[in-house]
Amino acid sequence: MTNGREQILGSIRKSLKRGPVTEARASELRAKLEAHRRNVIPQRAAGLDPAAQVELFIRMAEGVQASVARVKSAAEVPGAVADYLAEKNLPSKLVMTPDPRLDGMPWADRPLLEIRRGRAEDGDLTGITACGAGVAETGTLVLTSGPESPTRNNFLPDHHLVVMRRDQVVASYEDAFDRLRARSKETSGEWIPPRTVNFITGPSRTADIEQKIELGAHGPRRLHIILIDEA
Amino acid sequence: MRATSHAFKANAHEALVDATLQRALGVMKSGFQVRRAEAIAKLPEFEALREAGKAIKNHTLENLDFYLEAFEAKVAARGGQVHWCRTPAEARDKVLGICQRLGARTVTKGKSMIAEEIALNDFLEANQIVPVETDLGEYIIQLRHEPPSHIIAPAVHLVKEQVADTFRASHKQLDPARPLADARTLCDEARGVLRQKFLRADVGITGANFLIAETGSSVIVTNEGNGDLTQTLTKAHIVLASLEKVVPTLEDAATILRLLARSATGQEFSTYTTVSTGPRRPEDTDGPGEYHVVLLDNGRSAMLGTEFQDMLRCIRCAACLNHCPVYAAVGGHAYGWVYPGPMGSVLTPTLIGIEEAGHLPNASTFCGRCESVCPMKIPLPKMMRHWREREFEQKLSPAPYRAGLSLWAFLARRPALYHALTGIATRVLGAVGRRRGRFRTLPLASGWTNVRDMPAPEGRSFQSLWAERQRGAQR
Repeated sequence: MTNGREQILGSIRKSLKRGPVTEARASELRAKLEAHRRNVIPQRAAGLDPAAQVELFIRMAEGVQASVARVKSAAEVPGAVADYLAEKNLPSKLVMTPDPRLDGMPWADRPLLEIRRGRAEDGDLTGITACGAGVAETGTLVLTSGPESPTRNNFLPDHHLVVMRRDQVVASYEDAFDRLRARSKETSGEWIPPRTVNFITGPSRTADIEQKIELGAHGPRRLHIILIDEA
Repeated sequence: MRATSHAFKANAHEALVDATLQRALGVMKSGFQVRRAEAIAKLPEFEALREAGKAIKNHTLENLDFYLEAFEAKVAARGGQVHWCRTPAEARDKVLGICQRLGARTVTKGKSMIAEEIALNDFLEANQIVPVETDLGEYIIQLRHEPPSHIIAPAVHLVKEQVADTFRASHKQLDPARPLADARTLCDEARGVLRQKFLRADVGITGANFLIAETGSSVIVTNEGNGDLTQTLTKAHIVLASLEKVVPTLEDAATILRLLARSATGQEFSTYTTVSTGPRRPEDTDGPGEYHVVLLDNGRSAMLGTEFQDMLRCIRCAACLNHCPVYAAVGGHAYGWVYPGPMGSVLTPTLIGIEEAGHLPNASTFCGRCESVCPMKIPLPKMMRHWREREFEQKLSPAPYRAGLSLWAFLARRPALYHALTGIATRVLGAVGRRRGRFRTLPLASGWTNVRDMPAPEGRSFQSLWAERQRGAQR
């Protein structure tokens, strides 16, 4: 395969009428990667103060058929979950990612909620996860994989409940990247993205049959965001 | 798939008289165009983003060798592997080798145009591996043994009754009397059937919208979530991507992502944008155990430095298809290969040869809408013209056409003679056709008059009227 590699690189250089990039040019380009400079950032969200960004985030998420419930504190999350299940007439059963951010909530207040901590399996109707950030620009959630947050939990259950705090709302995707970079450098000293970063904008959908939009293609049919208002 | 691009004229003729196809295409025209226009109207920075996106791709193409090597180094650092493949055959063998080593029997697939380009499904089937398409549109056409007719809406040529018939014929395990009247029921049925396939598959294959040199990641964009289940629940994730998918940084991908969904479906952002880096980590409880990027050249490196280099900026959004009057009239299958519409008319000849695909760059009115809606500002009509020139130079166009063009060129280079002859012709045609005002038949012009009348000239040419008016204005 080394052969194929060298031939492809050789063909690129021949077409560009030059040899391999010079060391000077290479270090310029490496610096460019290191700097990861931002390009055009829409002012829609970047031009707003944090409170207005939260409002925009909610409006955009609802615009793509996610639902949003605002609660005052983490202590109110179990109640908001129970309300959602009751409203949708769902069994009081859910699978929860083994996430310390969720563990701290007073689930014992709602003894009727039957919670399984761990990986989602086929047949799990409702799942609850935390998230890494919310992008106001398009109402997009950012979820990262890890031992406490398996990716499949974002896709297998019919109803995906996501818990987030208002200070997790950022303006742009670029802001979310920077948070990921900062977290990675804090824990490992270098920039290694999680195996999977899911940018999720509303529940799963398709328009493959006669251009008619139907929610619930292969991923969740409903996406419900529980937003904790305390910072 | 066997190309039928040489038969474009016959294909197009069949498509035009296919009432069901015309009904399906009618739905398409209104949807995509309106939604795109609405989405763009909501983003004042759209034009600035187009310029930025174009600059990112141009910069990357000028330094493509550097960015591909940087990408490869990061993939390796994260425990994945890049496989450099010059030809479709090398890419197919690479995929098969990975599947066989893992003892794979079924493979789930997210939507990938590269998989279509290398005809992967037929090859896997011939080697006793069952490929399962999981994008709803791709799944439908796989069941029907058809190629996609559109690069982002592969089953856009079908109406729901045809989908219902297909499901009834294929899902024999289900009650034959079940109702399948609407899109909702059809989606639910496919969801149920495919969920079991996701859970049982051994290997997951996806395409890539971007490869990120900065991190060694691949990025896919879907609405259904099928690509995510494909790559999360299997032993290995194989990414199929062509060279030009690489961009330097996540920031660069974000800029182009802002253009992609709006140009494609008119969404502000697709439902799922997923950044994948290497295989699962030791502490993870799910994710693929292996991560492979099958990197395909297939003639792209040779496009660099030519008049077709700009085509490598294409992000496969399908805006050019959705706004093309020719595509809207004949649909995607008439083009006879993987990539239809304006982008296909430029790309297909480079991939399968101008001898096979010569009709495609001619299947354009040069109305210019494709270029005007292209988020990456690719000069598609100009490149189709380049292909027409090459076709002419290689003497591939029909002899009468070439003779006619030579005659016209001879006259056009001699303005005095040209004006004299056209002046005579307009006066003669004007006099002969005055009574009816139009011609039903004309010698040497049956291609025109077989399907419409030729209006009779009013008696004077545009140029003589123009000259007269200029004189009048000066007075």
